[in-house]
Amino acid sequence: MTSSLRLRAGLVSIVLLAAFLGIWHLATRSTAPVTTMSPEYARLMGLTATQGKSAMPGPLDVGAKLWEHLRRPFYDNGPNDKGLGIQLAYSIARVGTGYLLAVLVAIPLGFLIGMSPLLSKALDPFIQVLKPISPLAWMPLALYTIKDSSISAIFVIFICSIWPMLLNTVFGVASVRKEWINVARTLEVGTLRRAFTVILPAAAPTILTGMRISIGIAWLVIVAAEMLVGGTGIGYFVWNEWNNLSITNVIIAILLIGIVGMLLDQILARFTRMVTFPE
Amino acid sequence: MSTFDDPFDAVRSLQAGCVCGQHRSAAEHEQAPLALRCEPVESEEKRYEGVVASAVMRAMFPQDLARRAFLKSVGASTALAALSQFFPLKTATELFAQTGAPEKKDLKVGFIPITCATPIIMAAPMGFYAKHGLNVEVVKTAGWAVIRDKTINKEYDAAHMLAPMPIAISLGLGANAIPFAVPAIENINGQGIVLAAKHKEKRDPKDWKGMKFAIPFDYSMHNYLLRYYLAEHGLDPDTDVQLRSVPPPEMVANLRADNIDGFLAPDNICQRAIYDGVGFMHLLSKEIWDGHPCCSFAASREFITTAPNSFAALTRAIVDATAYASKAENRKQIAEAIAPANYINAPVTVLEQVLTGTYADGLGGVKTDAKRVDFDPFPWQSFAVWMLTQMKRWGQIKGDVDYKAVAEQVYLATDTKKLMTEMGLSPPASAYKSFAVMGKTFDPAKPEDYVASFKIRKSS
Repeated sequence: MTSSLRLRAGLVSIVLLAAFLGIWHLATRSTAPVTTMSPEYARLMGLTATQGKSAMPGPLDVGAKLWEHLRRPFYDNGPNDKGLGIQLAYSIARVGTGYLLAVLVAIPLGFLIGMSPLLSKALDPFIQVLKPISPLAWMPLALYTIKDSSISAIFVIFICSIWPMLLNTVFGVASVRKEWINVARTLEVGTLRRAFTVILPAAAPTILTGMRISIGIAWLVIVAAEMLVGGTGIGYFVWNEWNNLSITNVIIAILLIGIVGMLLDQILARFTRMVTFPE
Repeated sequence: MSTFDDPFDAVRSLQAGCVCGQHRSAAEHEQAPLALRCEPVESEEKRYEGVVASAVMRAMFPQDLARRAFLKSVGASTALAALSQFFPLKTATELFAQTGAPEKKDLKVGFIPITCATPIIMAAPMGFYAKHGLNVEVVKTAGWAVIRDKTINKEYDAAHMLAPMPIAISLGLGANAIPFAVPAIENINGQGIVLAAKHKEKRDPKDWKGMKFAIPFDYSMHNYLLRYYLAEHGLDPDTDVQLRSVPPPEMVANLRADNIDGFLAPDNICQRAIYDGVGFMHLLSKEIWDGHPCCSFAASREFITTAPNSFAALTRAIVDATAYASKAENRKQIAEAIAPANYINAPVTVLEQVLTGTYADGLGGVKTDAKRVDFDPFPWQSFAVWMLTQMKRWGQIKGDVDYKAVAEQVYLATDTKKLMTEMGLSPPASAYKSFAVMGKTFDPAKPEDYVASFKIRKSS
């Protein structure tokens, strides 16, 4: 039953993809009327103007370009032109650094706050205000005070990915079932031991969910941050190709950003499953 | 005679004849065209050899008459041979050419991917930085505010900036006041007003009321030129139209999406809009003010004082590249050098049209204007004074301005002049020149009167 469902879902996915590519292909065919112009003039103009080619690339253009990128992902033509593999590696390294810093701060801090109802209430308004701030709003402030663009980018990832983790940790720790804590108390378990053997395992699924939300946010943020500071990374690649109005490359970048984001999410989903327990 | 003429030419006078030293008499100087010519001598060594030999001859024969008699009697080549016998001309030349070793060899220079940055960019692939003993990494940057912040943060040692930006930064407009300096202008002309294709019939600016225009930055020549142009046609740029600050790459996309009606933008963006069939060239900025500056090469005072030799070498490389770019026959080669993704990242055809001046106008015609964009490094202080008058006119500066003091502090005409003379180029004698913007003459000596003479301006 389940295997046939999976098969049918797969089939529907493929049909949807094919339909999407087909519509895309039809929609971007050159349909605009071609105006007559002198050959001398036409030589100086782009294909959009001379052959009525759609400004939007079709799936075939994107496919060909993607193949070109995949064949040599690690080329390095100088500081402003590197292969997609290198750009992605830069982005992942930045996200990794900022995210790990956020984990190191958010989880211990969340634990402390979660164990004290007073602190949790007192800090809540601050967290709620800081949580929804967009990465682009932090960027000028970071650039101005940190005075280093790559550290600024990492800082922005840190500051944007810390809140979901913090909130989830606080929530997870605070909502550990009272019975378990009371049992630990009656058995005279020390505070530290209680935190690690009772609260941590109980709160782990919630904490991991927070971490999973955070990695998604960190990956969202990196593209915006790199578009702004430039230099390296997939966000810079998008900006550089936009500069050249190369929509084909922008679409490829969008595709890759999606795939990497999905992989990061899947990794954390697996961790979450590892710590989940049946009640 | 100039420092770079042949010192062994008997008929030449070794004493300077006119203010600039380029001409034999003041009268001849007056007659010469006022344009600044950047024509390098065949090679650097030849140039330096001439300078050194000149100095030696001058020291040996303080009187022109005696030197001429000596040269006439023995002949120039014998004189040179004799001179080399007891004076190590070669060594002296080498010493002269090796101006102080740069304190810092690995430099980072930021740029915005537009053709205004041509000298800064091309100097990397075409080896001008290397020639002056520097290892420069040119880094593409996302926008003017970012390039400003990164230069202030010292991530970049020097950068490509819009000509008014260093003035604005030095004055603390839109940023903390940090003294900046401009040793060289990048390009003159090379901008344009592009309108959306649907406005083909609306060529008279009087019909532009209510339209939306994009400019690259508030402190830009584009902003001042567009405002000037609109005001001359009776439109108040603050109330009759909308001016938006939009990063150049986004302009074409916005024009296509119908978010704006037109823009005054740097080139390759203008030509790109035409290339993609989105707009047409209404007017080259050259037609507003022929020879206007656009972008500059800027560095902080701090960098100049901590690494004066690096700065001098950098300026020399830029001036050298600018001189090379000013020649029409080199333009095609330059277009190919700066087009790849590592630099401007644009189709070669577009860059070629900009640099060679033979371009499609977007209306079905091919136009030719060899001076559509030109390159001239000399940082005229009168340019800075003009920009200050416009900042004042549009309310960016409030209160009194010491035009001359600011211009002289930011635009390093004296230093560049010295450097250009050392390099065998002929800089102009004065750092101030008068010019006309849309037929109205600007006198750099009377900036206050100039500001007051405009009917349309922001009331302060």
